[in-house]
Amino acid sequence: MKKEYKLLQGNEACVEGALMAGVSFFGGYPITPSTEIAESLASRLPLTGGKFIQMEDEIGSIAAVLGASLTGAKAMTATSGPGFSLMQELIGFACITEIPCVIVNVQRLGPSTGGPTSPAQGDMLQARWGTHGDHNLIALCPTSIEETFYHTIKCFNLAEEYMVPVILLMDEVIGHMRERIKIPDQKELMIINRQQPSMPPEEYLPYRADERGVAVLANFGKGYRYHVTGLIHDETGFPTNDPKETSKLIRRINYKIENAKDKLLDFQKDNTEDAELIIFAYGSTARSALRSAHEAREQGMKVGTFIPKTIWPFPEKAIFELAEKVKTIMVCEMNLGQLVYEVERAVKGKARVELLSKASGELITPKDIMKKVVEVYN
Amino acid sequence: MAIKEKSGIKKYLRLNKFPHIWCGGCGNGIVLRGILQGIDDLGLEQNKIVMISGIGCSSRMPGYVDFNTLHTAHGRAIAFATGVKLAKPDLHVIIITGDGDCAAIGGNHLIHAARRNIDLTVVILNNSIYGMTSGQYSPLTPYGSFATTAPYGNIEQSFDLCELVSSAGATYIARSTTYHAMQIPKLIAAGIENSGFSFIEIILHCHTYYGRKNKIGGPVEMMEWQKSHAVPISKKGSNIDMTGKFYIGELKKTRSPEYCKTYDELISATQRRKES
Ligand SMILES: Cc1ncc(C[n+]2csc(CCOP(=O)(O)OP(=O)(O)O)c2C)c(N)n1
Repeated sequence: MKKEYKLLQGNEACVEGALMAGVSFFGGYPITPSTEIAESLASRLPLTGGKFIQMEDEIGSIAAVLGASLTGAKAMTATSGPGFSLMQELIGFACITEIPCVIVNVQRLGPSTGGPTSPAQGDMLQARWGTHGDHNLIALCPTSIEETFYHTIKCFNLAEEYMVPVILLMDEVIGHMRERIKIPDQKELMIINRQQPSMPPEEYLPYRADERGVAVLANFGKGYRYHVTGLIHDETGFPTNDPKETSKLIRRINYKIENAKDKLLDFQKDNTEDAELIIFAYGSTARSALRSAHEAREQGMKVGTFIPKTIWPFPEKAIFELAEKVKTIMVCEMNLGQLVYEVERAVKGKARVELLSKASGELITPKDIMKKVVEVYN
Repeated sequence: MAIKEKSGIKKYLRLNKFPHIWCGGCGNGIVLRGILQGIDDLGLEQNKIVMISGIGCSSRMPGYVDFNTLHTAHGRAIAFATGVKLAKPDLHVIIITGDGDCAAIGGNHLIHAARRNIDLTVVILNNSIYGMTSGQYSPLTPYGSFATTAPYGNIEQSFDLCELVSSAGATYIARSTTYHAMQIPKLIAAGIENSGFSFIEIILHCHTYYGRKNKIGGPVEMMEWQKSHAVPISKKGSNIDMTGKFYIGELKKTRSPEYCKTYDELISATQRRKES
């Protein structure tokens, strides 16, 4: 089969991935450095019979996306820090009502308007903890254009499989950088569509979760008339004040993700077997990390890399196992230190944790990393 | 409200969810009845109706009706509804919202949905106060009225939402009151039938908070106020003194392209271009 090669920007690869996954609805509001995703889908979606709408703000965008999703559409939005903050209340709504959706955050320097065209990785914790209350969700972080394509497909698959919002955490470098990628045939890909009820409507309970703890929501209009509310609800979907039901729901929407961790986690380990120092890096920073690790090896230093692709849930077990073997884990991130706290928590004191942070609106270069490696290696 | 066994609207109620959470004497039930009657008069298929609300006393209505129902976040019902309708235009989408939900926190979504003339039917239950949170002033609380957050009288001006959505582009606009309950079904049915953005404001009493704070009395006195302050739109032009009064009935009926239909035409056009 002839393969198609394309030179794409990260934002364009995200669009190609979304279309492959079957996106049929996009609601968004323009913001640098994510805008190309909206622009491209505005022209591509009508061709596939899908719908694009530029909403009046990002709150409206995520609301429209969730509304569309309830009808069965694979729905997404794309934004950057300021818009991502506006979406937070409804990300929580999506968690508690179990409405699948994909939210792309092409991160730029913040807070506030910050550096609209400058890369950053400043929303790593906002992605996990930005909305209020106990909740859980999934976030992926691509390191290349090809990975952006596949991660976007995976975001849709996970959203549909776990009935949860899934966040794609890109950064400005990944969003705007161009690389050649191979576009596969759709038939080669695994595409997951959400479950639909099979019982007669009178027996249907939308929030009677399956054995994985995942709700089965019928598409609106298909004859299963049920209630969706952000209030605490029981398996019927209607509000309840019962403390037992309350706790059951809150725990279920958290543990359905926690319990699937082994399946969800995706990370890349290179040269970790004999390593004394591990560089922990993600997103565009991971590219520099790989290069520096290679150089360090050439200079006789035993350096390996750990690159998480799933950020949330966090791969704490894998990191703990590494910590038991190495002297140092060096976290590199384009912020003043966010995932370093997670790494410290995972390491449980078994290794030294060092931080290389940069929050100048510039990417972390291999040179930056090498300098720090030399500094902390012994 | 006692519903006769034979009444057509009983089938639309989730009777096992009663009693409702509203105060005894609340006007929300009267509006609910009017809406269901309007739906029944049109004979719409129950499975094709989606009722969406924000947060507030009025916004609890979808929980009591046997449609596809969606109780969203404060102010966001119209934005959710936009997604539902655009994704599945064959669904009838009805929004239930309060004066705070619609005019304050959700004001921007209201303006832009009206501007798009998307085929949604918005029913706003205007009780001049924030009911759910116990009596704070809303953008529609009259100047000088009392509320828990306006203990010295409201110093903000209220405004006419019907005029707002009219200039934004709504194609069907009507107003009524709970006193004029018999008029509500007709307005609801016309709003649903309009292919475009329909806005129906129902003025109703909240005796528990607005009535008590302003020493107006109970539901009866408040409905008498509605009766004496509502002027049928047919009387417009006669020399009635409109000070403090408002028009009821169908305030606007016009036509302009509907958003989802236009989008579907755009899909056909782009696909034709692709083929040729
Ligand atoms: C983001 C957010 N802010 C504030 C609230 C609190 N709140 C709940 S209902 C409400 C006002 C409701 O008033 P209105 O829309 O007039 O409806 P009513 O209760 O009078 O029917 C407020 C402020 C909320 N739920 N969410």
